[in-house]
Amino acid sequence: MDINQKFTPQTWPKHPEQATLEGKNKLVGLWIFLASDTVLFASVFATYIALKDSGPAGMEFAARDLYELPLAFIMTMLLLTSSLTSVYAMYHMKNYNYSGVRTWMGITVLLGLGFLCLEIYEFYHYVHIGFGYTQSAFSSAFFTLVGMHGLHVVIGLVWITGLIIRNSSRGLNLYNAPKFFAASLYWHFIDVVWVFIFTVVYLMGVLG
Amino acid sequence: MSSVTQKKGFGAHVWDYLTTVDHKKIAIMYLAAGTLFFAIAGFEALLMRIQLMFPESTFISAGLFNELLTMHGTTMLFLAATPIIFAFMNAIVPLQIGARDVAFPFLNSLGFWLFFIGAVFLHLSFFLGGAPDAGWTSYASLSLYSPGHGIDFYILGLQISGAGTLISGINFIVTIITMRAPGMTFMRMPLFTWTTLVSSSLILFAFPPLTGGLFLMLVDRMFGANFFDHTMGGNTIIWEHLFWIFGHPEVYILVLPAFGLFSEIIPVFARKRLFGYSSMVFATILIGFLGFMVWAHHMFTVGLGATANAIFAVATMAIAVPTGMKVFNWILTIWGGSIKVTVPMLYALGFIPSFVAGGVTGVMQATAPLDYQLHDSYFIVAHFHYVIVGGIVTALFGSAHFYWPIMFNRALNPKLGVLTFWIFFIGFHLTFFVQHFLGLMGMPRRVFTYMGGQGWDLFNFISSIGAIMMGIGVIILVIDVLLSIKSEPVNRRDYWGDGRSLEWAIETPLPFYNFKQTPLVRGFDPYWIEKEEGNKEGMVYAEPLGEIHMPNNSILPFIMSIGTMIAAFGALYSPWGDQVQAGTATGAPAVVSLALIIGGLGLTIACMIIRSFKDDLGFHVTVAEIESIEADLANYRATGKKGGNK
Repeated sequence: MDINQKFTPQTWPKHPEQATLEGKNKLVGLWIFLASDTVLFASVFATYIALKDSGPAGMEFAARDLYELPLAFIMTMLLLTSSLTSVYAMYHMKNYNYSGVRTWMGITVLLGLGFLCLEIYEFYHYVHIGFGYTQSAFSSAFFTLVGMHGLHVVIGLVWITGLIIRNSSRGLNLYNAPKFFAASLYWHFIDVVWVFIFTVVYLMGVLG
Repeated sequence: MSSVTQKKGFGAHVWDYLTTVDHKKIAIMYLAAGTLFFAIAGFEALLMRIQLMFPESTFISAGLFNELLTMHGTTMLFLAATPIIFAFMNAIVPLQIGARDVAFPFLNSLGFWLFFIGAVFLHLSFFLGGAPDAGWTSYASLSLYSPGHGIDFYILGLQISGAGTLISGINFIVTIITMRAPGMTFMRMPLFTWTTLVSSSLILFAFPPLTGGLFLMLVDRMFGANFFDHTMGGNTIIWEHLFWIFGHPEVYILVLPAFGLFSEIIPVFARKRLFGYSSMVFATILIGFLGFMVWAHHMFTVGLGATANAIFAVATMAIAVPTGMKVFNWILTIWGGSIKVTVPMLYALGFIPSFVAGGVTGVMQATAPLDYQLHDSYFIVAHFHYVIVGGIVTALFGSAHFYWPIMFNRALNPKLGVLTFWIFFIGFHLTFFVQHFLGLMGMPRRVFTYMGGQGWDLFNFISSIGAIMMGIGVIILVIDVLLSIKSEPVNRRDYWGDGRSLEWAIETPLPFYNFKQTPLVRGFDPYWIEKEEGNKEGMVYAEPLGEIHMPNNSILPFIMSIGTMIAAFGALYSPWGDQVQAGTATGAPAVVSLALIIGGLGLTIACMIIRSFKDDLGFHVTVAEIESIEADLANYRATGKKGGNK
């Protein structure tokens, strides 16, 4: 693979992320990693469900009173939109339009940052009212599950930002196209996990 | 790129192994590290057996006994069996599918170093205030209240080495999916490649629950979380579920590759095609699938209820069906074959009855009511050692003899091999057969001593004698390995003369790029097909001789692993730890602990960023270089002289 090979939108392959063996390996590997990450989240989800609302005798916090749906809704919309913008970035990648990739990936990062700020605010709020990490089994399970998703968001943000910085001046080639695609795939995964967190933690918390 | 036969100094050799991404060298490192930990864990077992040789013995104390039994189990499963299996996977699978290397050579190296650093970290516990002592299962109800840092070493060491195992597992799956040579369809893959694929998929789904469980335990013990502390609303059974959702598939992660290795050995020495290939593949997949459906049979006595116990009992018994298919296929492969009883074949012949015995006692324990009697008795110890020693260790010893010519271009001595086999095999049955009866007589497992006059004395004595014999067998094997260094090089392909799959079609010593040209696979047992057609070249090729693209070496995996170890020390000495606050363990000031965690992880992340920002495109070996390397190797095979191409 020649990294300096120049393309035009006409000569650019239809699936640039799979045009090289390295790219194909990367994507198969990432899909497989996501499968195992799903199991990791499943374990923590199961733990959360088992420990929901349980704490020391006389605990005053219950999921029903704790969560606020409007905040969770705004966070959900931010993350879902960021998934959409990363799809736009991939659309531009397939059309060999680097500035489009950069712009939409940048917007994805901004939306992700917005999500992260709201999550930090939420955590800060809970700790402030006394629902800290060591307060009960419920609090440990909540912060571990949602915090683990938050950590995935941070990794995704660092990853995409790094890609934008590294490739800011050299444009698209068959070496970095799979990297952008992989980061976008990972970002979708984060989004899917959040859909489950929104359902299992927030909706079921407020309803049940 | 210089020739492979170039002379190098000692420092250069060390640097070469620290940075290598070559699957053949990583295999050798896995083998060496696995053997080291196998020896340590075996020594621990010997100490325990000497203690139990006579009633009311005072050879070692109760506390030390708990540490030994914990470290023996943990080390054997995570740090001995797994890496030695990875050694064979690394050495053989890329050759069997005709690939130049694995899909992610960098990750291959990272997987090894994480495993090794995690293992070293776990063993540092012996020198830093006591080893873990809650058994290899480390049930939360026991381990949360274990004083000192022992359990912390267990958690962090397994967390690091588990990450390495997961990375290696992903690597093998991708390698087998994308890197197969032309014509190597899935249903033409050798059984060892198939079992590697299925076993790696089990790693993929089994290790995350362990990672999750270990993380919960980590924050519980070191940072004041409350997952397993019932006074704070926690539930200790969660650990048992998470552990066994990992722990049961772990058994299949180890035994499936062992099945695969025997499925390679038996057809070669029966000189017959493997009987029922497609049913073997089907059985492998089925065992892998059912392996996830049975974890609660380890928890029959926890009190999950009759319905849960019944479901898990039936699922467990179902696993006997595909396993039985495999046993019959091996027997029918041998049946009517022109059998050569070499050392690997001897291990295969010993394996079949031993493993069946272990399997049958497994089905006995699957009967939930009977398990209430057998639970936590020596019967269990006998069962799982029959499966693990009779199934996995025999596979590893047999394959060491089988694949030594490919891995090292030397052969192990067959006379010493036969001697090792008989001493080890007889010792193994002496050790564990009588333990069935000890269990039925009511001797509980994990006890450090027992009273005389209960009818246990003789069987315990026999068991200890057997263990010493196994130790002698292993020592002879090690001597055999050391002697092989000075023995005549093999210098040819197909050492056993009846090789069937691709790894035998390549002349040893191997060049670093494996096959000069990618081979063309024309059917199942491709090398056998070529031999039958009288092809003297070894294989037919799928491409003309051309430039070969190979990956660059890197020191980053080693530094990344060191980073995780630094962070692990930070977490270990966390001042917020339960035991630190209870005064049974030493803690560091918060600043030091946090600095170590952030600094260590920072080092790892910095390496990842460097890796991401520096393009690593690998290098190309030109046709002229390939020809010169091949000429060099041919010269070496003919004259025994190295060099010539500096």
